[in-house]
Amino acid sequence: MSEFFEQTIQPHFNFWIYVILMMLGLWAVIAKKNMIKKLIGLSIFQTAIILFYVSIGVKEDATIPILDHHGPEHHEVVHENGEHIEDAETSAHPEEVHEKKGDHSHGDDHGHDDHATDPDTMANPLPHVLMLTAIVVGVATLGVALAICQMLFKEFGTLEEDEILAELKDSASDD
Amino acid sequence: MIFSFDIIILIFLVIAAVISLSVKDLLSASMIFGIYGFLICLLWAEMGAVDVAFTEAAVGAGVSAVLLIATVFNTKRRSSD
Repeated sequence: MSEFFEQTIQPHFNFWIYVILMMLGLWAVIAKKNMIKKLIGLSIFQTAIILFYVSIGVKEDATIPILDHHGPEHHEVVHENGEHIEDAETSAHPEEVHEKKGDHSHGDDHGHDDHATDPDTMANPLPHVLMLTAIVVGVATLGVALAICQMLFKEFGTLEEDEILAELKDSASDD
Repeated sequence: MIFSFDIIILIFLVIAAVISLSVKDLLSASMIFGIYGFLICLLWAEMGAVDVAFTEAAVGAGVSAVLLIATVFNTKRRSSD
């Protein structure tokens, strides 16, 4: 049992929960009779799919995908260079320091080694960006659906699906 | 990603979803759906998707809960299921 948990459930725990949430949402959309409950189910379904996509981008021991060009790491590198040159104690070195600083201000040749970022240290941001759009679109569709629910309530006086269907059947048989 | 944190949030997420779908009072369902939204926002932040977390906190948890509550106040509060 514990072996099953460690090998099957634990490494893919996000995906198990994603499936559970998605089936909860699908069940609510199909089986619930109240329109608002259906919409809550639809939103849960949507967040489950977003959970799936964001879980794809997760890496082990990875941080947030933000590049920090002027962060503490960069200053540390400059500081190390300066200390190294001070230790050498030669008359020619101050000029070298000056040249190096000039190079730094131009920023032409040092970029590749200093700023090369290992992509394994960051979560993959591509699914995040795609899902950002999905969240906004989802809230927009939820707003439109709730507006339609209010119109339904004005028309039929209820939000229950079966009552609305019965009323529609009655009005159809009257015609 | 911190696995123990992850597992706690995901379990609370499922509990919040089940309660939100099973209460008969629609106002409570909307509020618990707001809790669900903030929990999933916490989950995005924990998984390293901070931009998605910001958007979910503002738009998903805030606006959609407000829209749901406004609709519940304009219609009926009781639900048959």
